[in-house]
Amino acid sequence: MSSDVLTVTDLSVHYRTDHGALQALRHVNLDVPRGSIVGVVGESGCGKSTLIASIIRLLAGNAFIPNGRIEFESRNLLDLDEAAMRDLRGNRMSVVFQDPMSTLNPVLTIGRQMTDIQYRRNASRADKQRRAVEMLARVGISDPASRLGQFPHEFSGGMQQRISIAMALQAEPALLIADEPTTALDATLEVQIIHLLKDLQTNIGCSILFISHHLGVIAELCDYVVVMYAGEIVEEGTARDVFHRPAHPYTEKLLQCDPAGIAAKSRSLPTIPGEIPDLVELPAGCIFKNRCGYVMERCDNVVPAWTESAGTHFVSCHRTQT
Amino acid sequence: MLLYLIKRVTLGVVIVMLAVTLLFCMIHLVPGDPARILLGPRATPELIASMSARMGLDLPMPVQVLRFFANLLRGDLGMDIITNRPVTEIVFGQLPYTLWLIFTAIVFAALIGIPLGCYSALHRNTLADRITGVVSVACITAPAFVVALCSLLLFAVTLQWFPAVGAGTRGDVADQAVHLVLPAFAIGLSWIGYLARLVRASMLEVMGENHIRTARAYGLPERVVVYRYALKLAVLPTVTVIGVGMGFLLSAALFTEIVFARPGIGKLIYDSIVTRNYPVVMGSVLISTVLFVISTTVSDLVNAWLDPRIRTSL
Repeated sequence: MSSDVLTVTDLSVHYRTDHGALQALRHVNLDVPRGSIVGVVGESGCGKSTLIASIIRLLAGNAFIPNGRIEFESRNLLDLDEAAMRDLRGNRMSVVFQDPMSTLNPVLTIGRQMTDIQYRRNASRADKQRRAVEMLARVGISDPASRLGQFPHEFSGGMQQRISIAMALQAEPALLIADEPTTALDATLEVQIIHLLKDLQTNIGCSILFISHHLGVIAELCDYVVVMYAGEIVEEGTARDVFHRPAHPYTEKLLQCDPAGIAAKSRSLPTIPGEIPDLVELPAGCIFKNRCGYVMERCDNVVPAWTESAGTHFVSCHRTQT
Repeated sequence: MLLYLIKRVTLGVVIVMLAVTLLFCMIHLVPGDPARILLGPRATPELIASMSARMGLDLPMPVQVLRFFANLLRGDLGMDIITNRPVTEIVFGQLPYTLWLIFTAIVFAALIGIPLGCYSALHRNTLADRITGVVSVACITAPAFVVALCSLLLFAVTLQWFPAVGAGTRGDVADQAVHLVLPAFAIGLSWIGYLARLVRASMLEVMGENHIRTARAYGLPERVVVYRYALKLAVLPTVTVIGVGMGFLLSAALFTEIVFARPGIGKLIYDSIVTRNYPVVMGSVLISTVLFVISTTVSDLVNAWLDPRIRTSL
């Protein structure tokens, strides 16, 4: 068995649209080592959600995967049939989704939802409930036994996200995918949830693929960071390397735009000018050239190669290759 | 919850009072003096005047309305001017026939329409979905009395599978059930189409919601996701529509009862309007209105039972 729980190799995902194939992910490579936390960062529309959907194989109906491998616990997920895939979901891998207010079924009790997902276990109802109570206690829900009979809307947003985490970790999966789990929460709750995830990860020993556009959260939580832009991975490395020595101009600009890192007072927040390129008809050369401040002649028609900038730090930019 | 019920009942009373007042005005706009019709063409003006006085028709209209409500508080809906029996007795004698008819029709429509809608939603844009769509719309547009006449001709006259008229012998449940089939079909048919479209739309909406994606991300079997996680939400608008649709069902029942010569509230209203038997008209319309108010309240309560979010806001 390899040391990686999840290995994504050369994965592309396209969506069929009226104007042609929208290339949402292109040749993505990603490893999640056992027991580690890998962060994926990028702005909206960069393909983060498509990446998750393709890993759990719940892509929209118009999506197709022209090439790639998604290896999870030494099996290529793209070769599995629906039944085998369903057997992994919520069992060996589970997901905490973005908006806690809408991810739980509003008309079923928490207890019901938490016991329903234990359908694989050959245990009594009381036993499943005991497990649910135990998990709720672990994520810090007070008086969990009496709250099993309550409905999602009777909990606050932070509580709902804790419940989602309890549900996701109930089966003790090998991989937890967290899709912007803190985006809908305020800053105080965000910190609490991050600490909770980190604690649980150490206790349960699972790996986490953590998706966010919040740089602070990624820096706090992740061992390894992957920066995505417009469906491609542009930079990856240890959190320390990426945040302290960003090698790609996009990462650099992202860091400049992080409100937490801005020292000088100003009326307007910094932004990255320009827009994500058209993903149906991709421009030649570097994908970031239209927004890059260091653009060179080569960027216009030569796609930058994936190069090692230092040790475990990789980037695709012409600037590092000169 | 209690406050909610009180509100609903108060609202219901207001609706009933408005409906009755409105009806009172309408009845008096219709040509034809009940006293004259009752006494026949050879009645003298004196006789007509004394009959009008006995029926309270000589009083100003607001007074007549007030008297009606005053009597109503005592549970008195007046006397049938032809048979001289209490209206309450007549109306409540006919009510069970209509209730059974409507109940059978709606259960029949729900049992076919809801699964059909689910099926369509889950097999969106397939041939089966398109066929269901076309058939549903065809069903919706077919008026109850047309369906009643056609089914009468086909199943009762030509094929002779079911009896053509009446409600069956009293006490003989099997006979009454056989008599119920065609009328219930006539009323229920358009509801099959309607419910199928409605459930399809709300099912599609629910299936796209985030919590369904969550349920799938936990590997729950598709059967559980659809019938336990999605349907419970998708059926909420349907419950409301059925509750409000009680009014349409009552009017559909009217035509159907006439076509099949079945006893029932609809037939009673029709007969009493033809004979200008105003106390019976008033009584049966009052009961129908109350029925409508009750059914909308019940559908709201069923929704609250299904959806805890509504429950807490009550």
